[in-house]
Amino acid sequence: MRWACVLLPQLALDGVLRRCSDPDAPLALVTGTAQRRVLQTVNPAARALGLRAGQSLTAAHALTRDFTLVEYAPEEIERWQQFLAAWGYRFSSHVSLCYPRTLLLEIESSLALFGPWPRFEARLREELTALGFRHRIVAAPNPLAARILANAHDGLAIANDAVMRETLGRMPVERIGLAREVATAFARMGLRTLGQVLALPRDTLARRFPVQVQQHLDTLLGERALAMECYVPPDCFDGRIELNFEVESHQALLFPLRRLTADLAAFLAGRDSGVQRFALRLQHADAADSIIQIGLLSAERDPAMLFELARGRLEQVQVVAPVRGMRLLARDLPAFVPEHRELFDERPQQLLPWEQLRERLRARLGDEAVQGLRAQADHRPEYAWQATGDDKPGPILQGPPRPGWLLREPMPLRESAARILAGPERIESGWWDGGDVRRDYYLIETRSGQRAWAYRPFGESGPFMLQGWFA
Amino acid sequence: MGAVVALDDLLQQRRIWRAQPTPLPASAQPTGHAALDALLPTGGWPESALSEILIPSDGVGELQLLWPTLVRLTRSAERVVLVAPPHVPYPQAWQAAGVDLRWLVIIQASGRDALWATEQCLRSGSCGAVLCWPQRADDRALRRLQVAAETGQTLAFAYRPLQEAVNPSPAALRIAVDARPAQLRVLKCRGGLPPSAAIPLAAGQ
Repeated sequence: MRWACVLLPQLALDGVLRRCSDPDAPLALVTGTAQRRVLQTVNPAARALGLRAGQSLTAAHALTRDFTLVEYAPEEIERWQQFLAAWGYRFSSHVSLCYPRTLLLEIESSLALFGPWPRFEARLREELTALGFRHRIVAAPNPLAARILANAHDGLAIANDAVMRETLGRMPVERIGLAREVATAFARMGLRTLGQVLALPRDTLARRFPVQVQQHLDTLLGERALAMECYVPPDCFDGRIELNFEVESHQALLFPLRRLTADLAAFLAGRDSGVQRFALRLQHADAADSIIQIGLLSAERDPAMLFELARGRLEQVQVVAPVRGMRLLARDLPAFVPEHRELFDERPQQLLPWEQLRERLRARLGDEAVQGLRAQADHRPEYAWQATGDDKPGPILQGPPRPGWLLREPMPLRESAARILAGPERIESGWWDGGDVRRDYYLIETRSGQRAWAYRPFGESGPFMLQGWFA
Repeated sequence: MGAVVALDDLLQQRRIWRAQPTPLPASAQPTGHAALDALLPTGGWPESALSEILIPSDGVGELQLLWPTLVRLTRSAERVVLVAPPHVPYPQAWQAAGVDLRWLVIIQASGRDALWATEQCLRSGSCGAVLCWPQRADDRALRRLQVAAETGQTLAFAYRPLQEAVNPSPAALRIAVDARPAQLRVLKCRGGLPPSAAIPLAAGQ
């Protein structure tokens, strides 16, 4: 058992449904020329209304008008396949998209990590269901057999060649991936199942049918290796959701936003990277996109956290025009380093880790709102501190006592009967950088008992300038 | 009443009055001022609760009151958050007091955002202490902070003007700082009657 085939029977429909907030509403995909519009796919709710795939749009409208129409877009399918391949890359290094609407995963080398196949399969199913894709999963010793068996089975796991040969033998000839005329020819010869075909001598089969038929059968039985192109994940994430209507409130944007951030998180998990900076583009019908930049302090990939941050930024934005689509672009994907945690945490009641809290605060208050403090080796009080984003220690400075509070701007001390407790202390510095100061500092007690730190510029006798409080 | 309620909890929440006074469990958060610890019913800051510090103006020793606590917290690698402080903390003075600046975080916000940030920090439980300077905070805002401090089991300190002393407050502890003479008065403390004696505050170290 080396290969798993994930067949996505209604990829186009699922791709459309997962961006709708109510997947149970009737919906149909239409295709065809402007003269003859045909329903391509319908969802169960639409089928209950009597709509069928292949019906013309006129006939469908004669039955009912209570369904949503969405244009069938083949390039969308391609995009979803790429997305799912990126998702599958998380579970296997060997992912192939060589068959349409199918994901082939090499699983044997992943079993050690993801547990025995039943557990692994359950996990695949759980994640696909969460992502909103219907699927059939079959595991078999070779990729083509897995693909063919997925035509008729779901949840089948075949461990060895003998069982595989027996199971394949029961498959009808129309469903084993042969060209239609070959399958018809077999049927007319009275050969209904693959087992009957395989019972024929090789040379007679080779004489009557083109060489590709024998090759296909050999590949199916694993006697001939199948060369497959491997999926290589792209270096950036670009997801887009088109809205079916114009949206004017950010409440209605939250659902597509949640989808996009969840997709981004799935993509990042597959690449084992995090995201540090991404852009949310709100697309308008006839105006330039509104761009919301979302930056994080460290690489993250938790879907809930990404959603909450993006939401925090989105809620701040005033959008100029109704929104028709939403696009999420992430180019900067650094490696994800999991947070270092203590086994015996000293504060087990922690509800929200500091990193997440910091991002939440920054999202609402602005990038510069949350900062640390560091001492600077400078005698001038204005330059003695520095706001920092990291927690590198600053220098430990010795010297005469300094006030606990420093005023941002010195201001005149309006008090004449103040008592001087200490001073003057001369601070003279900064002739080299233009911020030259020559001041005499005093520790002053005001009449009301406050202890102030004030200065007079050298040689002047004006009022004291208050610069700090000994609090 | 199917729920089992521990008697200790009821006593601690002061829902049952006990005729014979017993000492409350000692607080794990001493204030660092021996005289103040001796007066407070739990011998320290009320844990996971809001403490209010009422000051007549800046520069009356309001930081000295908290510095020993902040030193103890930052040295044991607990984060201390200042939400919208009125001035810049002078690093040299804070370091001289013993505060490890690596664990000090300053959040710039104003008005309602500052209250929101305070509540978030308290609720997260990832901070050792949160200091805030609420402007025009009403009873409801303070009650939210008190509940958030309980949820996150975090020490919360609110600096407010001394004029607010006449208004009731949901804080578990209220301390007024007088400038002249320099002293502390405990106005309210949960778990006991507020002591009438004032404590002299040694100013200007």
